[in-house]
Amino acid sequence: MDTEPTPLATPITPAAREIKPTWDDNWGETTTAVTGTSELSVSQEEVVGLGKEIQDRTQGFRRYLPLAVGLCVGLLVLATPLVFLLLPAVMWPDRLQACGAACEGLFLSISFKLLILLVAVWALFLRPGRASLPRVCVYRAFLTTLTLLLTMSYWLFYGVRILDAQDEDYHGIVQFAVSLVDSQLFVHYLAVVLLELRQLRPCYSVCVIRSTDGETRHYNIGQLSIQRAALSILEYYYRDFPLHNPALLSASKHRAAKHLAGLKVYNVDAPGNTAGAQPGNGNQSRAMVSAAAKRKDSAHNELYYEEADYERRVRKRRARLVVAVEEAFTHVRRMKKEDERASPSDIMDVREAALAIFPSMARALQKYLRTTRRQHCHSMESIQKHLAFCLVNNMSPKAFLEAYLAPGPTLQYGPERWMADQWTLVSEASVTSGIKEGTEFLLRCLDFSLAVTIKGIPYIRLTEEYIDPKSHKFILLLQSETSV
Amino acid sequence: MAFIPGQPVTAVVQRIEIQKLRQGDNLILGFSIGGGIDQDPGQNPYSEDKTDKGIYVTRITPGGPADAAGLMMGDKIMQVNGWDMTMVTHDQARRTLTKKKEDVVRLLVTRKSLEEAVKQSMSYPRQ
Repeated sequence: MDTEPTPLATPITPAAREIKPTWDDNWGETTTAVTGTSELSVSQEEVVGLGKEIQDRTQGFRRYLPLAVGLCVGLLVLATPLVFLLLPAVMWPDRLQACGAACEGLFLSISFKLLILLVAVWALFLRPGRASLPRVCVYRAFLTTLTLLLTMSYWLFYGVRILDAQDEDYHGIVQFAVSLVDSQLFVHYLAVVLLELRQLRPCYSVCVIRSTDGETRHYNIGQLSIQRAALSILEYYYRDFPLHNPALLSASKHRAAKHLAGLKVYNVDAPGNTAGAQPGNGNQSRAMVSAAAKRKDSAHNELYYEEADYERRVRKRRARLVVAVEEAFTHVRRMKKEDERASPSDIMDVREAALAIFPSMARALQKYLRTTRRQHCHSMESIQKHLAFCLVNNMSPKAFLEAYLAPGPTLQYGPERWMADQWTLVSEASVTSGIKEGTEFLLRCLDFSLAVTIKGIPYIRLTEEYIDPKSHKFILLLQSETSV
Repeated sequence: MAFIPGQPVTAVVQRIEIQKLRQGDNLILGFSIGGGIDQDPGQNPYSEDKTDKGIYVTRITPGGPADAAGLMMGDKIMQVNGWDMTMVTHDQARRTLTKKKEDVVRLLVTRKSLEEAVKQSMSYPRQ
């Protein structure tokens, strides 16, 4: 068993680039600057100007810059009412009219509203972005501008009416601050509606087709801009589509090449001309022409038999694999109470148990994966890890095998297969415009692309029909035969 | 043999007289009937009109009294000993045919071939 060939080849490493999965379970989308957080769009120009060659460093930088900016704006928003309240007490405390219970009520309300605003802003905006989109989200830019406008106008009024005039009515100042917090809460409500609620109601049906093998899926999404729709679709892609396997496409390419080669022969040596000029060549070309014609005729035949043969081979290997795995699983079982007396060399932890039974099934598994051309997706390390996982969770051999019998979603395999930073959105309409019926765009990865078409969900008209429960009546239909 | 409700039914009939055979305690006729106004007429394989709820002969025991008398499978029974059989329930028909006091049943039966035979004979000019 030690002459085990290192089966499943080393996983493919991409050149030089540090792969950062740009998806995150936190929902805060990123634009170049406006990552999940920011209410400030000015920084986009700064970031774009940083240049592409230091993209590796800026990847990390770009992801967290908007978070920092968002924090600053959030602090500004939260601090402004407090500053409004404190400045009069600091600058002209002696002339200030004390106000009693009404003010205290307002202080309480300010503090709780600020707390709620703090939690709400944290929940909606202050999260690391999960993706980097090509353009700024229009709604986020709008909301940022709105917030800043609001705050600036309040500062303006405050500066002119209160600071310059040194207003003595503290009650009025407190009410002013409370109204600012209320407006900020309403802007936050608007943010929730625009950014989170609007796309929840599905109104478009999306058809996603992978260009290389034709895998098709359909999804329902709501009102979104093209880039955000593309982001949702990519998340569904990573969940639903089986792993893209370039090795499986070589067969059809081979056939296409043969077909073209046959055609070439037919075109170059036309059957009529060769009789007089070059007799030797003529015979040969005629033979090639007829061979090409026969090849064209038999191409479908070849395909049929090839596929039947492949099916049989796969099934045979699969049968051997299933038997080998079942046998391997019978060699190991969980330790029970009465086994405690067994010799210590027999008692193993899960890692060692996996390593112990792995060799007996490794060969069959490797052969099966080679036949189905998926040997590069699974490294020996990953198989042993999966085996240990199955042993720990008391899974049956069939449960262990399922991971290898069919290709799973892309995320199931190692990060080198994800290619999450290689996606390009190719669209004729502007990517910040909303999706409409008939929108089409392309999501291109390195060697395949996803073609996306959008159709509206039809307007459904539902009518009702009332059935009286007493109207369900039946008669018995007999046909009896009696002999007399 | 479709009937129009309210109009009298006309048919070409054949008179068949069957002697009941005694078998132990029973008097049997040697055929089976199907149909009746309480039955489903659509399932009757012998009727031309699938709304016909008359009594039909569904099976004949070979060598039995009915067979000897010339009753054929698929015949529709119109009368039994004068009693009408076109508008009776299945059970009434059975009881009419199996009256213990009667030894003989005189049936009026109709079938498609009778009508055709009459038509054919009527088409030949008389001499």
